[in-house]
Amino acid sequence: MPSEEELVARCLAGDPEAWNDLVRTYSRYVFAICSQGYRLQGADAEDAFQDVFVRVYGRLDTLRNAEALRPWIAQMTRRVCLDRIAAGKREEPSDVEPLGLEATLEELDEAFAVREAMAELSEECREILDRFFCRDESYRTIGEELGLPAGTIASRISRCLARLRQRLEA
Amino acid sequence: MSYDEETLAKLLRMFPPAPEGWVRAAQELPNARDALDDLVARAEADAELRRRILNDLEAALAAEGVEPSSALLAELRVRLSAD
Repeated sequence: MPSEEELVARCLAGDPEAWNDLVRTYSRYVFAICSQGYRLQGADAEDAFQDVFVRVYGRLDTLRNAEALRPWIAQMTRRVCLDRIAAGKREEPSDVEPLGLEATLEELDEAFAVREAMAELSEECREILDRFFCRDESYRTIGEELGLPAGTIASRISRCLARLRQRLEA
Repeated sequence: MSYDEETLAKLLRMFPPAPEGWVRAAQELPNARDALDDLVARAEADAELRRRILNDLEAALAAEGVEPSSALLAELRVRLSAD
């Protein structure tokens, strides 16, 4: 993963690949806040997701500290989700947040850190862990897709988790 | 924090991929923005075009090759109404 500072600088310089990287890096995080934090679904979740990236794109030059990109995006996502919920209820923008939201957001921040550490693993480990845990694919599907015997997937997952743990605890 | 296998598995499962189409639409934003600016500029110079766009914002964006997300539709409506 590129550093936040580097990513912001490249985006502001108009590098189209940098914007692609930014969206790729934060898409799961934004999606998770919308769907798990605020329990938005379907068109509401999609609208909120797009609205967040429209705002990020339009306001990136107002971000004072590029190192604060992730919390800035998180805050923007929270605002967008609250507006979306209020719009659905035809109410004024609300500040009432779902129960358990703070705990979920804390876990999502930890999940983001794990994701960052995962980026330092080998491509095979990244693929296996992503397919098994994030995409919920079976051993068989993973084996077929990666050209590996299905019987070896469990041990590889375990090995990759151990490497991930080493990275996080280093 | 202790990262045992169970904790790692739980945290990894919290990050499923966003739908591919959503990600692609977000990545297309810079192009969409250019198309939007162009559309607004043409509408400012042509009252009939502006009326047609305001009548069907979705079709106008789609004709420019832009995925008409609610955020872009809202922005287009605001910009044309403000002119």
